[in-house]
Amino acid sequence: MKISRRQLLILLPAAAVAWKHVLAGTPEDSPNYKMSDHWWGMLIDIPKCIGCGNCVRACQTENDVPDGFFRTWVERYHRSDYHLETPEVISPDGGKEGFPSVKEGEEGKFFFVPKMCNHCTDSPCTQVCPVGATFVTPDGVVLIDPKYCLGCAYCVQACPYGCRYIHPTKKVADKCTLCYHRITKGLTTACCEACPTGARQLVDLKNPNDPIHEFLKTHTVQILKPQMATGAKAFYNGLDGSVR
Amino acid sequence: MNQKCLRSQHRSQDNFGRRVKGRLLMGGLKDAGHLFRFLGLFVIAFLVFWVIRGYVVPKSFGEYGHYRGAAIGEIAAHPVKFAGHQACEQCHTDIADTKTKGAHAHVNCEACHGAIFQRLPAAAAPPANLYQRLLAFAGLQMPADPPLVSHADDPMSVKPVKPDSAVLCARCHTASAAKPKGFPQVDPAEHSSGVPCATCHNPHSPVIGSDSGTTTKAGGAK
Repeated sequence: MKISRRQLLILLPAAAVAWKHVLAGTPEDSPNYKMSDHWWGMLIDIPKCIGCGNCVRACQTENDVPDGFFRTWVERYHRSDYHLETPEVISPDGGKEGFPSVKEGEEGKFFFVPKMCNHCTDSPCTQVCPVGATFVTPDGVVLIDPKYCLGCAYCVQACPYGCRYIHPTKKVADKCTLCYHRITKGLTTACCEACPTGARQLVDLKNPNDPIHEFLKTHTVQILKPQMATGAKAFYNGLDGSVR
Repeated sequence: MNQKCLRSQHRSQDNFGRRVKGRLLMGGLKDAGHLFRFLGLFVIAFLVFWVIRGYVVPKSFGEYGHYRGAAIGEIAAHPVKFAGHQACEQCHTDIADTKTKGAHAHVNCEACHGAIFQRLPAAAAPPANLYQRLLAFAGLQMPADPPLVSHADDPMSVKPVKPDSAVLCARCHTASAAKPKGFPQVDPAEHSSGVPCATCHNPHSPVIGSDSGTTTKAGGAK
């Protein structure tokens, strides 16, 4: 790119004027959405998951996730009856194209576990960010500001669930946004939209009419790695004790 | 200061008393003068820092916490690609009717047909004007994604990919001991020996003979 001296002299004041707009960003696109009215989470119903990989494909389409990287992925656990604490886990291409079938009568228990960002209330990833590029929004979603992120990858190391990666072309941290651009417009997330069995449900804990409240009363629901006190908001129903 | 002291020592001894007195009054103030100059420099440096900081730190930083508040709005403004089954049902009412009666009532259209919005093949167009080029040159602008088109806006030219039933149906319904017991599963080779699923099953209401029936046991979401 060649810029002549004349062009540069014209451009410099223009850039100085435009800089403010670059910093200010675009205004919020959903005027009727009030952040203080919501506290988002996700319910993952393991007994309903069939491991079809629809959620993974939908997420990649919706969010332009590059190949080989995943904002959500599905794992298949094989928990042997003899080694309860060391399950065998596979996730070929994030479970995007499904899983090899398991013959009836195989030893142990097989089941699918969809994984994603847990949108923790006390998230370890936001605590380590040196520049304030990742944060928990007032409605409980952990987001990344790509314009502020340095790509230092501290957060990638800090996430106990392995939910973050460095975007291969943008060179900044990237992860599930809980489809923030959808839920603020009254839609559900792309993975919930594409799930054929309802194994994933977007939940709003601040909405008293959300079925999650009844569900939490009547089911045995766990979060991943509760000992880490992350305040995770991905609620797993029927979670096997071997899941890490 | 040392030099001045030395010089003063070369003077005659008779004004020794005055010299001592002067050092106490003026020399002390002279020392403090250095500090004042330094303090002045410090104040100027701080003001320069404050002015630069005012320009560099985004207005919305700290609005909600230690981050740029405007980032929330920017992320919320991302384009939607899965429009939801309501968008499809506005035109495809016949299929919506069939589907609501069938076992796939709660499987959303886009779960099989893909998102209603599609990305146009990436046209590597250079940024339009000089300002954009300058931003791109400075690395301030992310490379733009190719534009989105919707099947709803242009139903003739933008069409969802017709799903290959051998792949699509098999993804969910291939028998596996890892799947929940109540979920309908078959061994495709054994079940149809290569005959496409849609030969016998209507994918929108897959239970054979249920097309005009009442609601069967519905799987799926919501």
